[in-house]
Amino acid sequence: MTITKSKVTIKGTKNGLVFFMDDTCSFEELVADLREKIEHSHQQILSGPLIRVTVKLGKRYCTPEEQELLTQIIRQRGNLVIHLIDADVISKEEAFAERLKSTFTIETRTVRSGQVLEFDGDILLLGDVNPSGVVKCTGSIFVLGSLRGVAHAGCSGDREAIIAASVMNPTQLRIGEVISRPGEEWAKTTGSAEFAYLEDDKMLVAKMNYLHRVRPDLGRKKA
Amino acid sequence: MGIAIVVTSGKGGVGKTTTSANIGSALALNGQKVCLVDTDIGLRNLDVVMGLENRILFDLIDVAEGTCALQKALIADKRFESLALLPAAQTRDKNAITPEQMSEIVTQLKREFDYVIVDCPAGIEQGFRNAVAGADQAIVVTTPEKAAVRDADRIIGLLERERVGMPKLIINRVRSHMVKSGDMLDVEDILAVLAIDLIGVVPDDDFIIKSANSGEPAVMNHEARASIAYRNIARRLLGESVPLLPLEEKKGVFTKMRKFFGFK
Repeated sequence: MTITKSKVTIKGTKNGLVFFMDDTCSFEELVADLREKIEHSHQQILSGPLIRVTVKLGKRYCTPEEQELLTQIIRQRGNLVIHLIDADVISKEEAFAERLKSTFTIETRTVRSGQVLEFDGDILLLGDVNPSGVVKCTGSIFVLGSLRGVAHAGCSGDREAIIAASVMNPTQLRIGEVISRPGEEWAKTTGSAEFAYLEDDKMLVAKMNYLHRVRPDLGRKKA
Repeated sequence: MGIAIVVTSGKGGVGKTTTSANIGSALALNGQKVCLVDTDIGLRNLDVVMGLENRILFDLIDVAEGTCALQKALIADKRFESLALLPAAQTRDKNAITPEQMSEIVTQLKREFDYVIVDCPAGIEQGFRNAVAGADQAIVVTTPEKAAVRDADRIIGLLERERVGMPKLIINRVRSHMVKSGDMLDVEDILAVLAIDLIGVVPDDDFIIKSANSGEPAVMNHEARASIAYRNIARRLLGESVPLLPLEEKKGVFTKMRKFFGFK
């Protein structure tokens, strides 16, 4: 039998095991080697107490179904818990969605009653939001004007998003799935620029100069 | 070629018809050829306010359906030679005419008249779309009430979408004593929200009700404050620069003295 380079390399770290998957062979070869290792050859190190497993796919793109298959094989060992499946590559679709998420839209208009302004990513509105007008986005909302209507930041669940306005006088604020009305959780506004943010599921409103303490990384995008 | 101006508000009962009648009459007083068009099909009022109800032979729908020529449906006003009215049908509803037909009629009228004032029905449905079709400019009427301002805001948004030029605002039925005591929105509050050009503020005036009931446009009167306000709006439409009327009626020395001595 010729010795071929192993398709799956298992390394131990202090955070558990890391499975390095070769990204130059076919997926079938990879699966076969993984099966072999899990089911036959590496019995000693793969048994024992619960171990966290990180799977590194390298430059191989795996569809969700393929990832699921790898997961199932590894899960055969009851003590292996998959912590993360990590790849250096993503599909164009994902890349596009990611790009949208990080976009920053500048809009100049008045959002009037009955109008809905909806975007992916962050939005900077140069104008007012009138009562019964809605601004909604997946990121943060910045209004250079009066916010008198409804603002919904992080509408796909981003709880780090904030809502900032030159004049904060909204009918309703939403961040993620948390809804707040003025007068309930936070008092009448001061008239200076303010922002709303989430802290332990509660909506709080503070003056703008407090922002760097609450969200120092806002504006710096995660890699 | 004339200009078509639609008078609209969203909310009902804020004074669209009164405003249409008075601005139209005031423009005619200034020597302009004016045609008033009532688009409130099924609930027509403009003819009543103008006192022309008994002269109606044909209406807007007859013209749209081709039953009669446009010229035959126009009612000449009994006071001003240069003022005409195209009444709405009372037996039909808003769906009896399409925006395209409406636009065609307005275009025809614009050839003959300097100003075509279109009185829009309340609401944002078919009636609104009909009235807006063919309009070059819009006048939004609101009263100093939150609900009316909210609806005006919605209408301004829709007008922007319909690409009717930047609407102008009339604030109707302002009661100076209530504004003073802070119980009524003041002009500044309303302008801060709506953010469009103000073309006039009309004080609340009993005379308006009286004149509407008698079928005489209020602008015929020279003393009533609302009449002066409407005449000023017409002058502003014609491009004159007229300062806003002070809301408070100036009290004479005699009245002040009487008040000082405790007489009412």
